[in-house]
Amino acid sequence: MVSTPQVVGDTLPGADLNAPLLEVEDLKVEFRVRGKRVPAVRSASFTLERGRTLAVVGESGSGKSVTSQAVMGILDSPPAYITGGEVRLQGVDLLKQNEETRRTVRGNHIAIVFQDALSALNPLWSVGFQIGELFRVHRGTGRAEAKKRAIELLDLVGIPDAKNRVGHYPHQFSGGMRQRVMIAMALALDPEVLIADEPTTALDVTVQAQIMRLLKSIQEERHMGLILITHDLGVVADVADDVAVMYAGEVVERAGIRDAFKRPAHPYSKALLRAIPRVDTLGQELEVIAGLPPNPASLPTGCPFHPRCKAAEDRCAEEAPPLAAVAEGHTSRCHFAMEVYRDER
Amino acid sequence: MNAELGQADSATEPVLEATDLVKHFPIQRGIVVKRTVGRVQAVDGVDLRLHAGQTLGVVGESGCGKSTLAKLLVGLETPTSGSIKVLGREIGNLSSRRIRPVRRDIQLVFQDPYTSLNPRMTVGDIIGEPFEIHPNVVPKRERAGEVKDLLDMVGLSPDHINRYPHQFSGGQRQRIGIARALALRPQVLVCDEPVSALDVSIQGQVINLLKRLQAELGLAYVFIAHDLSVVRHIADEVAVMYLGKVVERGTGPQIYDHPRHPYTQALLSAVPVPDPDLRGHREEIILQGDVPSPINPPSGCRFRTRCWKAEEQCAEVVPTLQVGDNGTHPTACFFAEERDVTHAVK
Amino acid sequence: MSELTVPTGQAEAAQTSLWKDAFRTMRRRPDVILATLILLFVFAMAAFPTLFTDKDPTRCIGREARQRPDTWFTGEHPLGTDAFGCDFAATIVHGTRPTIVLALTVIVATVVAGLLLGVLAGYFGGWLDALISRVLDVFIVIPMLLGAILLLSLFRGRGSSGNLIETIGPAALALMIFSWMEFCRYARAATIEAKNLDYVQAARCLGAKDSRIMFRHILPSAIIPVTAVVPTTIGAIIVTESALAVLGLGVQAPATSWGVLLSKGTEWAGGGYVYLFGIPLSLLILTVFAFAAFGDALRDALDPKLR
Repeated sequence: MVSTPQVVGDTLPGADLNAPLLEVEDLKVEFRVRGKRVPAVRSASFTLERGRTLAVVGESGSGKSVTSQAVMGILDSPPAYITGGEVRLQGVDLLKQNEETRRTVRGNHIAIVFQDALSALNPLWSVGFQIGELFRVHRGTGRAEAKKRAIELLDLVGIPDAKNRVGHYPHQFSGGMRQRVMIAMALALDPEVLIADEPTTALDVTVQAQIMRLLKSIQEERHMGLILITHDLGVVADVADDVAVMYAGEVVERAGIRDAFKRPAHPYSKALLRAIPRVDTLGQELEVIAGLPPNPASLPTGCPFHPRCKAAEDRCAEEAPPLAAVAEGHTSRCHFAMEVYRDER
Repeated sequence: MNAELGQADSATEPVLEATDLVKHFPIQRGIVVKRTVGRVQAVDGVDLRLHAGQTLGVVGESGCGKSTLAKLLVGLETPTSGSIKVLGREIGNLSSRRIRPVRRDIQLVFQDPYTSLNPRMTVGDIIGEPFEIHPNVVPKRERAGEVKDLLDMVGLSPDHINRYPHQFSGGQRQRIGIARALALRPQVLVCDEPVSALDVSIQGQVINLLKRLQAELGLAYVFIAHDLSVVRHIADEVAVMYLGKVVERGTGPQIYDHPRHPYTQALLSAVPVPDPDLRGHREEIILQGDVPSPINPPSGCRFRTRCWKAEEQCAEVVPTLQVGDNGTHPTACFFAEERDVTHAVK
Repeated sequence: MSELTVPTGQAEAAQTSLWKDAFRTMRRRPDVILATLILLFVFAMAAFPTLFTDKDPTRCIGREARQRPDTWFTGEHPLGTDAFGCDFAATIVHGTRPTIVLALTVIVATVVAGLLLGVLAGYFGGWLDALISRVLDVFIVIPMLLGAILLLSLFRGRGSSGNLIETIGPAALALMIFSWMEFCRYARAATIEAKNLDYVQAARCLGAKDSRIMFRHILPSAIIPVTAVVPTTIGAIIVTESALAVLGLGVQAPATSWGVLLSKGTEWAGGGYVYLFGIPLSLLILTVFAFAAFGDALRDALDPKLR
């Protein structure tokens, strides 16, 4: 019926169980449009351990979604091409694997939940069939068994009356319920890494709270690694363990959650934290980051943030800063990282 | 209605006043002979009052009727019943011809900066169009200068007059939309989710621009948003909407620091605060289920199906804004009770 | 927002316009250059036929009939002669003007009428939309050819004095009546889509009148889908006219057109005189290709998102 996959379920060949769950190192992705090369991701590096939540934070155009697609292996090629770096899942560099292996990695080891659940689900099939299909194709499960598993999953993600709802079509679900269906599909093959790409951006705030709580509880229960791609620093503060801040295609700062919010070591992260309004305090004028995010096709010289940076000096326009450590587990891509970290700049 | 917003400044005439505003959209079947099979109760009895220089925030989730409210206020939709007065003049039931002069006084800023500007017109044409529609406002030869002044006022370079919308970023486009809305010197600006489509670092720029323009021009804003943090920052008074009705309203501190309606409390507790130290220290109210359909809203209190306080009474009687007032601020709940969900509890 | 779109440059030179940019984009496409050359050639034939031939197409000599064009564009008859001994090159060149004038009149009139009706129906909706849509439904089930035959049969047998209007008039009118529907449908659909866009709402909010909203804001976007249909419709018009010519209902003698030549050519093509059919057909295909390439490029160039 279905060809037996090379990797069934548990381990990837060559996997080192002592290696970090997922390591992305100096990943580079560029778009080739009409003869022009536009870097979308210039250097993305981060590490995700089992049972932890890593938030990748950035504005539109920062490269955070492209990074997640590259990790997942679902980049549109053309126009996007990976031009460097490594994506290691338990020590195995996924970028060196053939398409067959990568296909089994998707779903079995890494799964993704998208922002727009309506367009990510096929409108012509019932949600039960779409979840069951994963078992049938990847595991060779029979029809009745697959349906049973689909019901269990819908139940797990908190869809009431799962037994009846399993036969419903995507348009019959509300936005929040559709996102739950997406999460159920992502969890179907029991992946070790779950990537959630702006999972609640399209949802109302009370529904967002439901979904984030669900993601968090499932992650803790299954001891998964969760990558949360978002622009909402409030959500990050609520659920993340580690933070990677992206700007102009680079990870500019990596830190533990408390350091990231209390002692930012990059002027961009620092300015961003001061620019967002909070529901629990009433500030006067919001601090503003002047200017616009840079155009990836014509990046500024040196540090890409220097035209908007309050702390910039001549040097920033000339040489690109390296990623430097300011404390244990805290790095920043700024010439004056240490001074920013100590709040002297 | 005696508990309208704007008690603080009741001596002067309000620039915008809506009384018992209702908008129901009929759902019709049939091509030749149409019959009405139901009604979407988008806005159902809303009162509001706004004074010059003030900002009224309207918050609520999708389907609560806040966007329909915006369209009613600027005259893009005609109300099913109720009245809207702009500078004392009734616009609720005017014909489109008679409404034209009144339009000058109340303008709309759109949510999506990408669809709200005609992609085939230059920035100069877009901002200059109001003067062509109302030719007696600015003499023809002064229009180009006026457009440049408007660009300057919203923080864009007057040299950009010949550019097309696609050459601008989202935040800049929103500034162009604001300049267009300001061209006719309105008294009231209705802002429908003006920053929700923008990046975080750009949102602050636009909010600060709106605040500066308010101070300079004495504008009154109706600021409609789903983001409670943004509204807290700009609004003097806040109305919380749920399924077409206002469930609670009051000044910023009243709503944010002393919320009394269960829905307001659930809404506020769901807003994450960007401070990891508060994790687990704020009260969490997770609502069950989704917002019911506005075609067939629950009887009595519309929030009762998701409310943990609901009793029989709630299904039978529609709570008015006075029932939970108790001398503080209008709250449409029989069991209104203050509960701080915004701040950390030790 | 998709992160996959490459942002357009912020720092480009000022002083630019949609049409200027469109022109610049189109100038760089090789198919546009080729199409322009073809159209220039065809229009030149229509405007100045005497530049291309010094023969009179009506001067036919029976004994010179059916000379094959073996001389390859030289000699007495560069493209040979037709069944009656008329110079074929002269016939084609002089047949260009009625063909092109007919096609362009029909297309301009139907595009204008179709757009207008479509925008009105889509914008106002209600009974006007119902009326226009029902009329459209009736017309759309009648094929252009059949409708034109039925209509023209009523005027059959009226002689032509040789002036252009009388030569092509009846055929043009008949074709117009049966070819506006497609434009109307596209324009109506585009209008319904555009009328709820925020920028149209914004204009309404400023107090703009309906006429202003329709012509400034809706019509420009309704034209875009229509440009895709125009070139193929031009082809269809020329071909239909040739079918009418077979029945003696098309362009009236003594004038001639590519359609007339095509229909006459089919009689002889089987007998070894392929050129009588092949040359007009190639001209027709080239012209339709040129219009199609042009329309396609124009549509791309006018879309700010594709640039």
